[in-house]
Amino acid sequence: MTELRRGLSVALAIARKDATSELRGRQAAGSTLFFAAIVLLLFGFALGPDAQRLAEAAPGLLWLAIVFGGLLTVARLHQLEVEDGALEQLALYPVDRRAIYAGKALAGAAAMLVLGALLVPVVAILYAIPVGSAWLPLLLAVVLGAIGFAAVGTAYAGLTVRMRAREVMLPLLMLPIVAPLLLAAVKVTVTALAGDPLGETGSWLQLLAGFDVIMLVVGAGTYGFLLEE
Amino acid sequence: MKTRLLGLVALVAVIAAAIFGLFVVPADLNQGDAQRVMYVHVGSAWLGELSFGLAALAGIGYLWRRDLRFDALAHAAVEMGVLFTAFAIWGGMMWGKPVWGVFWQWEDPRLATTALLLALGIGYLLLRRLSDDPARRASRAAVVSLIAALDIPIIHFSVIWWRGLHQGFTIGDPGKVLHPSAPLQFVVALLGMLAAFTLTWIYLLIRRYQLARLESQIEEEVRLGLIKAARSAPAIPSGGPVEELA
Repeated sequence: MTELRRGLSVALAIARKDATSELRGRQAAGSTLFFAAIVLLLFGFALGPDAQRLAEAAPGLLWLAIVFGGLLTVARLHQLEVEDGALEQLALYPVDRRAIYAGKALAGAAAMLVLGALLVPVVAILYAIPVGSAWLPLLLAVVLGAIGFAAVGTAYAGLTVRMRAREVMLPLLMLPIVAPLLLAAVKVTVTALAGDPLGETGSWLQLLAGFDVIMLVVGAGTYGFLLEE
Repeated sequence: MKTRLLGLVALVAVIAAAIFGLFVVPADLNQGDAQRVMYVHVGSAWLGELSFGLAALAGIGYLWRRDLRFDALAHAAVEMGVLFTAFAIWGGMMWGKPVWGVFWQWEDPRLATTALLLALGIGYLLLRRLSDDPARRASRAAVVSLIAALDIPIIHFSVIWWRGLHQGFTIGDPGKVLHPSAPLQFVVALLGMLAAFTLTWIYLLIRRYQLARLESQIEEEVRLGLIKAARSAPAIPSGGPVEELA
């Protein structure tokens, strides 16, 4: 029990450290959000001014923007560590590697959650989507999506951060993995916005939750191997 | 020598199965000659999936034992997986154009899953090429293959569900060529080609494994040579690009 509590406090300390550096280095987090908003704006140009078509595409575009912004977010959280040689220090601490993973994933999930929560109103305004009535399933989708993306992203960012061509390799390795997450999150958004006529929103949320659990377990189990390098 | 014999047997088997499938078996009533693509398509799709499963097992083996032979096996298996999966997709498109009218059928859940599988395999191979240190490369590759192996069932399940919730299968299931009502000749052609492809797969896997072992030996010798040279050379100011050498 004390072991678990110790691991938890290590994870929280790491997450708090990441959150502090994110908040103090405001420009990086802010520019990620701005980048995702520009992506949403450009999707509008790419699809043309037809309001109905934009509204139909909006759930998919929202999640693509979250995925693109998320790639930058998880990469940044590890890049910060490597720049000052801090990842080596982190790896030397005599603590459970799973606690380090949990801390990094928690920080990543929190950053993704902020990104998602801010992008939903942007989509609602740009594509004229009434999100008010579906706020609960949307919130759940953003929370579960943020956790799942951070679970995969922390493992893959740890894997690619010291590699050549990491800017390409992170999305290249990660995007196929998060495909089911994207699919389920878009489905939740589509069905929730339509008022859930077939009662399938819950199943897709369960799929998201299942994805999160599997990826958290495998990420925690393998992160140690990546830190050892 | 035994491996060479296996290669010869595989070659003869593929030629024999190809002759049987192309000239002996009659064309399908509904699909015509396009149906003959199935004889190579089904086997290569199965072997592609088998390869990725083998790679994940070898990856677990490496993380457990830290033996580079597991890593070489995983590398060989993924290359086979990419080769056979790409061939399966290509064959599927050649079949899909005359039968379905399109190369790419989004309604088919297996195509989407297989395409992602191919993307994961290519990503794995690129990852290997971009990592120089053998042990580091092996752990990274093993972790990637493990995550991918766990992700594939989720992808498969979600894609089927994605479709399944809307409408049932409206398009002929390629798996129906295995239906018991199919004439025996079709079954023989399919299973014969599967056997021939499996022999080819085993042969190529062994050869690729041997090659991977040789590559890693050369790599080790070069690395030792570099360390030796570095020790005998005059001191260099620190801060140089030593990242992947250590």
